[in-house]
Amino acid sequence: MTASVTAAFAPAGTRSRGPARLGVLRRLPAQRLVLRGTSLLASLAAWHLLANGKVDLGIVSFRNVPTPIEAAQAALALFRSPILWPHLGASLVRVMMGFLAALAVGIGLGVAIGRFRLARDLLLPPLEVVRPIPAVAWIPLAILMFPSSELSMAFITFTGAVFPILLNTVHGVETVSPRLVASARSLGAGRAAILREVILPGATPSIVTGAAIGMGTAWFCLVTAEMISGQYGIGYFTWESYTLQNYDNIVVGMLLIGLLGMGSSLLVRGIGSLLTPWAALGGAR
Amino acid sequence: MTKPARSIGGHVALLGGVIRLGRGAAAFDVVEDIDLDIAPEQFVCLLGPSGCGKSTLLGAVAGHLSLRSGRVSLDGRDIAGPHPDRGIVFQHHTLFPWRSVIDNVAFGLKMKGVAKRERLAEARDFLAQVGLSGFEDRYPAELSGGMQQRVEIARALINRPRVLLMDEPFGALDAQTRLTMQELLLRVWGQNRTTILFVTHDIDEALFLADRIVVMTPRPGRILDDLTIDFARPRQRDLISSPRFTTLKRHCLTLLHTDPAGLPLPRLTPIGAPGALGRA
Repeated sequence: MTASVTAAFAPAGTRSRGPARLGVLRRLPAQRLVLRGTSLLASLAAWHLLANGKVDLGIVSFRNVPTPIEAAQAALALFRSPILWPHLGASLVRVMMGFLAALAVGIGLGVAIGRFRLARDLLLPPLEVVRPIPAVAWIPLAILMFPSSELSMAFITFTGAVFPILLNTVHGVETVSPRLVASARSLGAGRAAILREVILPGATPSIVTGAAIGMGTAWFCLVTAEMISGQYGIGYFTWESYTLQNYDNIVVGMLLIGLLGMGSSLLVRGIGSLLTPWAALGGAR
Repeated sequence: MTKPARSIGGHVALLGGVIRLGRGAAAFDVVEDIDLDIAPEQFVCLLGPSGCGKSTLLGAVAGHLSLRSGRVSLDGRDIAGPHPDRGIVFQHHTLFPWRSVIDNVAFGLKMKGVAKRERLAEARDFLAQVGLSGFEDRYPAELSGGMQQRVEIARALINRPRVLLMDEPFGALDAQTRLTMQELLLRVWGQNRTTILFVTHDIDEALFLADRIVVMTPRPGRILDDLTIDFARPRQRDLISSPRFTTLKRHCLTLLHTDPAGLPLPRLTPIGAPGALGRA
């Protein structure tokens, strides 16, 4: 339990735990809501002006960029046509497979590493070597390793999601107060009971944070994988739109990816706060 | 409502106890040559300056810290690790934040394998004893500091411990709440007789609660004096202003103020020095 290991493993975003971000909007005063709304509208207007005017700045050109209205029309048409749903379905299945596997492996290994020195010494070094490799770099090897491209894409998704979950689990397990463990032992808890009754619930808020971050990176990695090796999927759809010169749909695909990523992260946080009703109370640790 | 008084107190003995904390060059003996024999159902206060090792001593009886030399035993059996026979109440923040109040209290019975309905009924009874009926389904974070300590007491007592170890349990409370809690503890103790080893640096608290006060020196902690406090029970709040109380208090003050130049030491805990882990 050295400090250096903890520092090397400091997880991102552990402070942003708690209720979902949307809750913030409800608490803002009307004046600031107006300000934020105006900012969004201004961005749309800027997009429209640049795209509509086919502005060419030399280093960047908006000649082939669809306007917001064109994108909205394309989106509407896509929602009415049957081609969208197989893409969405394929992506959702891959994300679920990769994410659930990452959840199981991340929490399992994270608890072991956070709790047992032997597991830490045995598992941490290889994980530290593998961790900095971006998911995209895994793609060629994944294609070679897995017989089906579905599995290889789910694996890429997994590599993206597993580290945030793992690191936040380790962090959560480590920050469970030794006093709580001592209390449990004095109340008759054995090793298994301490793990089940103290360590796991104590680490849950941190695990939820890791899962929400992991869900975001899962989408990020999936879309990349789909662009390279997919035949269906929302990432493939976006890339296909480019190769077919169907430029309006590129923007639709991008927006869909953003929405799906945000929506599933919110879903994870929502499930998380249902699982940890005490965390919102600013509970004592 | 109130159950008949039960006699479950155990006999605690420390013989030549030395406890060392820290590792390598930073290691130091916290307490030395502790000989202490506590009769069943005696209420003993360990009184001493901060960092003198009274909490460390408590941790040894709890089984969270081991002795470097000497023996510590309960009813003649050497203490080898934590056990629900030796309940412990910490200063604060050791309730499980993710469990409701009633589940916190019922935790010990759950560990013993008592059926849910049965353990919840018993937990409800103990919560009533500490005056917390109606708070069963709250989370600890929704309770005040004093109420949290009531839950702690109920959670330790439900295991029917042979000795109840208390580490400055009211130290983080305001003066008024502390008095209320002291009275409550004496009342609950009347209904659940057990041996109590209570750590405090508050002379008034020790005099009000204890049958016996063991005064300790600054580190390395040794036993400086062993006082018998024979005020009649049940004790009332106005005891504090009685002449005999004042005399004893003056005596304790003199004992504790032998070294005015000494700097206050950092607080130790029953699970080791701050930042270091004990046996846990």
